[in-house]
Amino acid sequence: MKSENSGFKASAAKSLTIVVVEENRDRAIAIVDALKDACDCDVFVIGNSSGLARKIATHGPDIVLIDAGNPTRDMMEELTLASGPMERPVAMFVSGGAGGHAQAAIEAGVSAYVVDGLSPGRIKPVMDTAIARFGMVRQMRSELAETRRALEERKVIDRAKGLLMKAKGLDEEAAYALLRKTAMDQGRRVADVAEALVTAAGLLG
Amino acid sequence: MKSVSVPVAYMPLVDAAPLIVAHEMGFAEAEGIALDLIAAPSWSSLRDMLAFGRVDAAHMLSPLPVAMAMGLGGVTTALSVVSVLSVNGNVIGVGAPLEEKLRDAGYGFDFADPVHAASTLAKVHKGPIKFGVPFPFSMHVALLRYWSGASDLGPDGIEIRTVPPPLMARALADGDVDAFCVGEPWGSVAVERGVGALLLPGKSIWSYAPEKVLAVRTDWAETEPDLLGRLMRAVWKAGRWLSGPDVSATAGDLLSRKAYLDVPSEIIDRALSGHLTLSARGEHRQIEGFLEFHRGAASFPWRSQAKWIARQLQLSHNAGVTDLDTIAQVFRSDLHRLHIGALDFDLPGASEKVEGAIPHAMPVASAGGGLSLRPNQFFDGQVFDPETG
Repeated sequence: MKSENSGFKASAAKSLTIVVVEENRDRAIAIVDALKDACDCDVFVIGNSSGLARKIATHGPDIVLIDAGNPTRDMMEELTLASGPMERPVAMFVSGGAGGHAQAAIEAGVSAYVVDGLSPGRIKPVMDTAIARFGMVRQMRSELAETRRALEERKVIDRAKGLLMKAKGLDEEAAYALLRKTAMDQGRRVADVAEALVTAAGLLG
Repeated sequence: MKSVSVPVAYMPLVDAAPLIVAHEMGFAEAEGIALDLIAAPSWSSLRDMLAFGRVDAAHMLSPLPVAMAMGLGGVTTALSVVSVLSVNGNVIGVGAPLEEKLRDAGYGFDFADPVHAASTLAKVHKGPIKFGVPFPFSMHVALLRYWSGASDLGPDGIEIRTVPPPLMARALADGDVDAFCVGEPWGSVAVERGVGALLLPGKSIWSYAPEKVLAVRTDWAETEPDLLGRLMRAVWKAGRWLSGPDVSATAGDLLSRKAYLDVPSEIIDRALSGHLTLSARGEHRQIEGFLEFHRGAASFPWRSQAKWIARQLQLSHNAGVTDLDTIAQVFRSDLHRLHIGALDFDLPGASEKVEGAIPHAMPVASAGGGLSLRPNQFFDGQVFDPETG
């Protein structure tokens, strides 16, 4: 790769070191494979850990990629403040050289931390790949969560219907109609009314 | 009338209560807005959501917008702190091994005396004590540094590490940290899980510390003054409601919901009522003013609070001399007076005060003449004069 920064020949010629913070093994492998196809780089994967910042620092990475939804991301902030002799300055990748990447990265749910002074030309392929990969993972995950939530709500509504049928001698249709009417009258969701009913019934034993 | 939706990011903590209550108890609706509350997975993520426009307002650690104004950390988008959401509410705790050493030394876990706690810690633990905190720019760090610097622990007696509260139990078990400073419900959760004991409430170090703030992008504040006013009033009314008698059970039930904190309401109630359980042995204490949402004009963003925070950040990050007056303008006393003053509520006449100089509840100059401030003292008896910094 051609370097735009002639002052640092040695480091420019060297392949990039990338650390990916990802707990899930399959997801990590998919991301690593995609990155290796996209650029000349060494990729290391680290799982969640309370000593995250130190583990990352031992690899001396040029770029760190982490799921924006990962709570351990706050540990990365420590690296951006590091200024010890063995530590390399790191900045959250937000703007500058690679232009509109910040917005796309936030939408895809990936946060990137990049060592100061790395040329935009070297960052770009990594970011493009990361944004595409993390975006895919995020979409799959939110679809899964949505499905789970819908299933969960269905179960609660069924239980509330059962309670009403038993307590008021209604048939299933009438019980559901009562739930729906109550929800409309109170300006709430049917699932919320059902949940309140199930909770109250639980309390009353 | 169709209400305007305002996306607001928060961290699922007890002190996010004013936002959750504003939404659930109809205070937002009464102002003609709907809060679209978005739980953030981390403080960095919450900051990015606000800075890059995913949300228009956020529940933030009070030092974070100040740090951003000082150019610390990766993101420097201009933010405005329009209200203080909560005062106090943090706890300092120790992991089980340190708890045992303290008990062996005869320490009584009085949950009150920072001087005695520090001297006992310094005696029983060799080398710096590693404290886990949720974020580098936080009142947690400022209070720990202030405490160690002015006690027998000494400035080098502690080491601070960022550990997200959900991972704190693991960090304690792995020996990555010895102790912690966190907001509720995390201190009580640690006690419930038997991983540690509570040593001090945050307020024993500074009795009136601004903890979380309502922050917005400064450009949003300028383009949407009407929406901002409605948001501020809704949240302020929620804070006033929270300070009322007998609401902690209702508030606890709201917060405990799966969509919010997803923690049993009994645990949330400890912080709301100030009745804390300190350890697995069941010691407990009632702490007056453990977490304030309203009393003593809690919502007012004093420029002197911003200056104290800026001074602490300067000390811990070796930041060069900055103009404190400019940094302090991140706390928008002006906007608060404009929008909350419209409610006919008595607000302070000044925008700065000497911090740490109020030993007892005290009346102060205000527009209506009926305002009283809560005690405001540092544990070492020092005061912070915003004029001299």
